Amino acid sequence: MSEEKTVAAPFPGVFYRRPDPESPPFVNVGDVVEAGTVVGLIEVMKMFQEIQAGASGHVTAVLVENEQAVDAGQTLLTVE
Amino acid sequence: MSTQTTPLTRVLVANRGEIAVRVVRACHDLGIEAVAVHSAPDADALHVREADGAALLGGPQAKESYLRIDRVVAAALEHGCQAVHPGYGFLAENPELARACAEAGLVFVGPAAEVMEAVGNKVRAREIAEQAAVPVIPGSGNLSSVDEAVAFAERVGYPVMLKAAAGGGGRGIRRADDEPTLRTSFPQAVREAEAAFGDGSVFLEKCVIDPRHVEVQIVADRLGNVVHLGERECSLQRRRQKLVEESPAPRLEPRVRDELCAAAVRLAKQVGYTSAGTVEFLVDPRSGEFYFIEVNARIQVEHGVSELVTGVDIIGEQLRVASGLPLSVTQDDVTFRGAAIELRVNAENPRQNFFPSPGQVTRLRWPGGPGIRVDSGLEEGDRIQPYYDSMIAKVLVTGRTRDEAVARARRALRELSVEGVHTTAELQRSILDWDTFTDGSFHTGSLDGFIASWTAS
Repeated sequence: MSEEKTVAAPFPGVFYRRPDPESPPFVNVGDVVEAGTVVGLIEVMKMFQEIQAGASGHVTAVLVENEQAVDAGQTLLTVE
Repeated sequence: MSTQTTPLTRVLVANRGEIAVRVVRACHDLGIEAVAVHSAPDADALHVREADGAALLGGPQAKESYLRIDRVVAAALEHGCQAVHPGYGFLAENPELARACAEAGLVFVGPAAEVMEAVGNKVRAREIAEQAAVPVIPGSGNLSSVDEAVAFAERVGYPVMLKAAAGGGGRGIRRADDEPTLRTSFPQAVREAEAAFGDGSVFLEKCVIDPRHVEVQIVADRLGNVVHLGERECSLQRRRQKLVEESPAPRLEPRVRDELCAAAVRLAKQVGYTSAGTVEFLVDPRSGEFYFIEVNARIQVEHGVSELVTGVDIIGEQLRVASGLPLSVTQDDVTFRGAAIELRVNAENPRQNFFPSPGQVTRLRWPGGPGIRVDSGLEEGDRIQPYYDSMIAKVLVTGRTRDEAVARARRALRELSVEGVHTTAELQRSILDWDTFTDGSFHTGSLDGFIASWTAS
């Protein structure tokens, strides 16, 4: 049984699931990610920063909506 | 219409942070009530606490709140305001807000929508400058042959910049320092432009080496009076973000300064400008030649520098003009005293590539004493929100001479204490001790090099 891991917001801001409005999401539930896979962007004070998965596995849930405000430490998605 | 007056008793301040506080103060100085607007997380922000009333616009993101023209106008009407001051950023240069205000019977504190549109369009703005006999960077128009390019370059002098007509944002630009380089680069640039933009049209512009960014503050009323409040030296920029500004511009010859200021006034008159605005120029420090860049049709962040050397309350003048009154000063009334410097303190970590640093300010001490002014929207215990600009304060200093102002700036940053977040103050302390800054010999490219060596140290 693999244990559940989370990807948390390292700083507060606005979370984006897509690189731009026309593109598909970086990841969807069921996708395989590895450490370093970009799972979203957080905009903080007009600057965009890529958010990467910390470990490999399947995405089991995406817990925030596109363009949702997030706090530092808030869980963005879970990986198993 | 031009002579009609609207006495202002209540003004909506359609902004946040330090500029909203600044506008509230200008209103109070004139006996006018100020109504603040705010997003949900800004409900208890200083600009709201200082105002006489407040209206919630919406959620945390600017597009849900500070960028909502419909809600700004509704809030102004609901609170019985006669005018809307947009500050800078957000909706300040959006002609749609000016139009929506007019339709609702509100005065927009700024230039007319058509003027904003005219100066906001690069091609139109250049035409207006030329009509006002204000120099623009010599450009060739689209070139049909390399010989045509060489002829133009010989006329304006090397170096020149070869640019793709369809390019933008720095793409498709090549510099040529002499004729052989231009002859080699020309066909390459055409091929590249075709490949990148599907359009091989290229043109040449004269290249100004190590230019300075100098801008002129103007104020204008609806009766046709235009007054300049001198120049500001704004060359110390990182990624087009100014970090230090000052007036007067060091090492600017009095003759060039007078010509710059006169050019800015001519341009403002040419376009029928009203309210406060800035005309930006590139100055070639070697020849003293200057070239128009653009007009900022709003109050600017660094307006306080000009207020300190002239004593004119620029936002107060904007409110007077908005109510239909003439400017309170003529050009002859404006005198320039001493020197002023502004340091923009941003909540960013200069040691980590200026990464934003939102969060709670656990301890805050502003500098004080002779010659110090701090404009901020922040108090100790406040939370710096991640949704907006990172600038948290402008530390302004003044002195009888530039040296005295620099000494006070050093003292101000010694006294300044911000805990809980990173700020750019540490970098700015070093800038104040940098010989290129103290001797005033910097240009628009200087700060990048300084930051690179500072970061490495």
